[in-house]
Amino acid sequence: MAVSKGKVIGVNGNMVTVQVEDVVSMNEVAYIEVGGKRLKAEVIRIKGNKAELQVFEITSGIGIGDIVTFTEGMLSVELGPGLLGQIFDGLQNPLPKLAEECGFFLERGVYLGALSTEIKWDFTPVAKVGDQVEKGDTLGTVPEGIFTHRIMVPFNYKDKYTIKKITSAGSYGIKEVIAEVEDSKGKVTEITMSFHWPVKRPIANYVERLRPVKPMVTKIRLVDTFFPVALGGTYCIPGPFGAGKTVLQQVTSRNADVDIVIIAACGERAGEVVETLKEFPELIDPKTGKSLMERTIIICNTSSMPVAAREASVYTAVTLAEYYREMGLNILLLADSTSRWAQAMREMSGRLEEIPGEEAFPAYLESTIAGFYERAGRVRLKDGSEGSVTIGGTVSPAGGNFEEPVTQATLKVVGAFHGLSRERSDARKYPAIHPLDSWSKYTGVLDVERTETARAIIFRGNEVEQMMKVVGEEGTSINDYVTYLKGDFIDAVYLQQNSFDPVDNAVTTERQDHIFGIIIDVITSQLDLDTKENARSWFNQLRQKFLDYNGSEWENDIFKSLEKEIRAMIEEKKLGVDENFQASKSAEEA
Amino acid sequence: MRKVYNKIESIAGNVITVKADGIKYGELAEVTTSFGTSLADVIRLDGDTVSLQVYSGGRGVSTGDEVRFLGHPMQVSFSDNLMGRIFTGSGAPRDNGPELMENLIEIGGPSVNPAKRIIPRNMIRTGIPMIDVFNSLVESQKLPIFSVSGEPYNELLARIAMQAEVDMIILGGMGLKYDDYLFFKDTLEAGGALSRTTFFVHTAADPIVECLLVPDISLAVAEKFALKGKKVLVLLTDMTNFADAMKEIAITQEQVPSNRGYPGDLYSQLASRYEKAVDFEGAGSITILGVTTMPGDDVTHPVPDNTGYITEGQYYLKNGRIEPFGSLSRLKQQVNGVTREDHRALMDGMIKLYAAYLEAMEKKSMGFRMSDWDTKLLKYGIVFEAEMMDLSVNIPLEGALDKGWEIMSDCFSPEETGLKTDLVKKFWPSK
Ligand SMILES: Nc1ncnc2c1ncn2[C@@H]1O[C@H](COP(=O)(O)OP(=O)(O)O)[C@@H](O)[C@H]1O
Ligand SMILES: [Mg+2]
Repeated sequence: MAVSKGKVIGVNGNMVTVQVEDVVSMNEVAYIEVGGKRLKAEVIRIKGNKAELQVFEITSGIGIGDIVTFTEGMLSVELGPGLLGQIFDGLQNPLPKLAEECGFFLERGVYLGALSTEIKWDFTPVAKVGDQVEKGDTLGTVPEGIFTHRIMVPFNYKDKYTIKKITSAGSYGIKEVIAEVEDSKGKVTEITMSFHWPVKRPIANYVERLRPVKPMVTKIRLVDTFFPVALGGTYCIPGPFGAGKTVLQQVTSRNADVDIVIIAACGERAGEVVETLKEFPELIDPKTGKSLMERTIIICNTSSMPVAAREASVYTAVTLAEYYREMGLNILLLADSTSRWAQAMREMSGRLEEIPGEEAFPAYLESTIAGFYERAGRVRLKDGSEGSVTIGGTVSPAGGNFEEPVTQATLKVVGAFHGLSRERSDARKYPAIHPLDSWSKYTGVLDVERTETARAIIFRGNEVEQMMKVVGEEGTSINDYVTYLKGDFIDAVYLQQNSFDPVDNAVTTERQDHIFGIIIDVITSQLDLDTKENARSWFNQLRQKFLDYNGSEWENDIFKSLEKEIRAMIEEKKLGVDENFQASKSAEEA
Repeated sequence: MRKVYNKIESIAGNVITVKADGIKYGELAEVTTSFGTSLADVIRLDGDTVSLQVYSGGRGVSTGDEVRFLGHPMQVSFSDNLMGRIFTGSGAPRDNGPELMENLIEIGGPSVNPAKRIIPRNMIRTGIPMIDVFNSLVESQKLPIFSVSGEPYNELLARIAMQAEVDMIILGGMGLKYDDYLFFKDTLEAGGALSRTTFFVHTAADPIVECLLVPDISLAVAEKFALKGKKVLVLLTDMTNFADAMKEIAITQEQVPSNRGYPGDLYSQLASRYEKAVDFEGAGSITILGVTTMPGDDVTHPVPDNTGYITEGQYYLKNGRIEPFGSLSRLKQQVNGVTREDHRALMDGMIKLYAAYLEAMEKKSMGFRMSDWDTKLLKYGIVFEAEMMDLSVNIPLEGALDKGWEIMSDCFSPEETGLKTDLVKKFWPSK
C-alpha cells in the first residue's frame, strides 16, 4: 500500500479538509506542505474521499490545492532510553533543542527527534540467541540514571520470535541494531533500542491488573492521612483559580514516593513550568541523592501553544508513563489542567459541527475522560515484578462551580477527590483541600479508627462554628466551644501545611503517625478549661508551640524539647476522656 | 498585479464571501465600498469560496463592491516613528499624522518557547502601597484589574503607567469611551510620557472587528520593541469588551456558544494574548496590565473567570480601593524577599490583622459584644484603610513599610501583632 496523497480543499481555524486519492485511516498523521514547511496534522474524520484534519500548528498561509502527504502511522511517540530529564511539547518535540535551533519563538513545522542519537548507552544483554520472545520481553538493559532501563521487543511486534542474534555488552546508540529476531514465517527483522508507539493506544503487555492497595505517600498530611492516593490509583484536584491546584501538584511532584514523575503542563501558564524547569535540576532528591530532574519528564503544551497539540499532550504523557511501568517502576502522572484538554476537545468538536452536549462539550467527553484515567493502574508483569501508573489531574471548573461537565465526569471515575475551596484559600489555609467535602476510596497511612475520630471532631467543630455565627460566642456552651477549638486546632496544626517551609513542606509517614498521636490525645481528652477566654488562650498557646514543633527538624533537640512542653501542657489540663466525644461515638455505633 | 473581484456572493454580519482562487488562509484583502475602503481577512476557505471578515463591518457593503487580495496577512509598521502616535485597531492613523508604511511586521505571531523563558525577577514600583507592599507587580507579569464600571480603573492604569519605570508604553483601547481616550492622552501628555507611548485605540463608536485586532497589534509592536531591549508596558482596557466582540462575532457566525454566549475557545483566545508577556533573556520585556470589568461585579462571569485562570493574579478594585482580599500577585514571592527584610512579615502580619478587623466589624454589625481586642482592631482597620488602602496615598515601598510599623505601633503592643521578635526589635517605632 502506497502512502496516500491529497489536496487541501478547505480551511477553518485549525481544521483543514483534504481531498484524498487513496486509502486513509482515522487518526493517521499527515503533513501539509505550505511555503516550504510541513505542518503536522491528524485525521479526525473521514467522509467519502474527504478527510478532516486537525492541524497541530497555526494554519495561516494554507491555501486551496496545497499538497498533503499521509504517513500511514498514527500519532505516536518515540520510546527508548533518554526520555528522563527531558522537556517536550505535546508532540514530543524537545523544547530546549528547538530553542537552540529556532531561538525565542516556537517556529512551526520544525520537528526534532525526541531522543538523542549521539548518546551511547551501556547495553547488557539479558536474552540469548535461540530464546523465544514476544512484544515487551526484555532483550537487555541499559542504566538510565538510577534506573535499569529495559530494552524490550517493540510493542507492535505481534508474532512470536526467535532471537537470531544479540549484540554483546557494550556501548550503543539508540539507532544501532542490538538484536535480530525471526518471526513464525521465517522473516528476520532488526531491533534497535527505540521504537514508536501510538499515543492513543494503551500499552498493555502486563499479565494482570492489580487493585491499587498501597498508599502513594505524598508527604502532605491532609492527603496521606485523610484523603490518600494509592499507587496505580487516580485522583483529581478541582478548584477555582488561585486556590492552589498548581502549587499542590508542584509539591507533590517533588515529594511523592514514586520512581518517576511525569508532569503534563496542559494548557496552563508557561511561567509555572519554567519554575519547575529551572528549579528541578538544582533540587536533590533525598531518596536517590540525584537531582530531581533525573526522575522527571515534563510535557509542556501551555495555553498559547497550538490547541490540537494540547489535546495530544496528555496522551503523550500517559504513554511515556506506561512505557516505564513495563520496567517494573512506579510512575506518577500529574496533569495540569485536564479542563484545558477537555476544552481542546470542545474546540475541535465545534469545528466539526458535532451536536454539542452540556456547555458545548462533545457528547463523548465522559467516555474520553474515563478512558484516560483507565490508563492508570497497578500491574503485574511477566517476570513477576510490579509497576504502576498513578494519575492526578487538576480540574479548572468554570466559575469554580463543581457542577459542570468536566468535574462531574472526572468524579465518576477517580478514586480520590481533593476539592479545593475558595473560602479556605482566601483564608490562606493551604493546602485548601476541603476537609469535609473531599473523599478518597483508598487506604491511608494511618489507622482508620483514629482518622475517623479526628474527622468526627472536625465535623462537629464546624457545626459549632456555623452555629456561633448565628448565636455568637455568648450563646455557645463551654463544651461546644471547646469542641470548636479542638476542630480548629486539628485544622491549624495538621490539615494546614506550609508548602514553602523547608521542614513543614514534606512530612514523612513516620512523623505523621507520631504527631497525630498527640493530636488524638488532645481531642479525645476532657480538658480543664472553665471559661471561653481560658480555653481560647490555652489553645492559642498550644497551637503556637505546635506550629514551631512542626517547623523543627524531626527528632532534633528543639523538636524534642517542644514535644516535651506540648505534652506537659496537655497533661496539666487533662481530666480524663472527653464525655462529649464518647457520647457522640456511642451514638454513632448505636 | 493582484486579482480584483467584483462579485460578492453573500453578506452576513461582518462576513462576506467571494469566489476566488489561490487565496491563503489569514490573507488580507481590501474591500472598497461607497463609504470607503476597509481591510478584511480570510477566516475560512471552502473550495473556491472565500469568507472574509470585514474590519469596518458588513453594513453598507454591496454585492457589487470590489475585493482586492493583498497576498499577505495583517501587518503593522514597526519603527521608532510609532512613538507618540495614535492609531485605530487596524493600524490607521487617528491623529492626523502620516500613515506609516515602512518595515511591516505580521501580527499574532508564534508564542515564546517555554524553554527560553526565565523566572521573573524585577519588581515594578508603583508608589501604591496596596501593590508595592501587598501584591508586588513584577516585570513581565500579566495582570488585570478586576473592576466594575464606574470605578476609577483607567485612572489607576494611567497612574501605574506614569510611575512605572519602563521605556515604552503601549495603550490598547477596546470599546474605549472617547472621554477615556482623551483622559489617557492628556494624562500621559501632562506627565511627559506621550513621546514614549503608542496608542492603538478602538472606541465604542468604531467597527467591532477592529476591537478584535487591538491586542494583537499592540502586542506585536510590543514584542518587537522588547526584542530590541526595551522594557515595554502594555495597557489593555477593557478586555471584557474584547471578549464581547468575540462573542458577538461568534454568534453572528452561528458558532455553538459554550457559556453565556461566549465561544468555546474564549480561554485559548485570551491566553494567546496574555501569554505574550515575557522577559527576553538578554533583551527587553513585556508586562501586561489589563482591565477586566466584571458584569454585575461577578467574578464567576466567564470573562473574569477565564482571565483569572490565565493571568498571574489580579488587582480587585472596589469602592475606589484595591481590596487586599480578592487581589493576588502570583509573582510577588519572586521579588518581595529581597526588598527589605521586614517586607514579607509585615505584609502577612498586616493582612491577618485586617482580616481580623473585618471579622470584628461583622460581629459588631450582628450586635455582639466588643472585647478590648475587638476595639483595638476597629481602630486599626480604619487607619489601615485611610493610610494604606486609599488610592491617593503615593509613597515609595520603604516609606510604606515604615508607615506600616507606625500604624501597628499606634494600635497594638508588639506581641499582639504576631510579628517576630527580631523584626520588632529593629523596626518598632520608639515613642
Ligand atoms: N500550599 C500553599 N502554601 C502557600 N501559598 C500557596 C499554597 N498554594 C497556593 N498558594 C498561593 O496561592 C497562589 C495561587 O496558587 P496556584 O497553585 O497557582 O493556584 P491555581 O493553580 O489553583 O490557580 C500561589 O501563587 C501562592 O501565592
Ligand atoms: Mg494553576
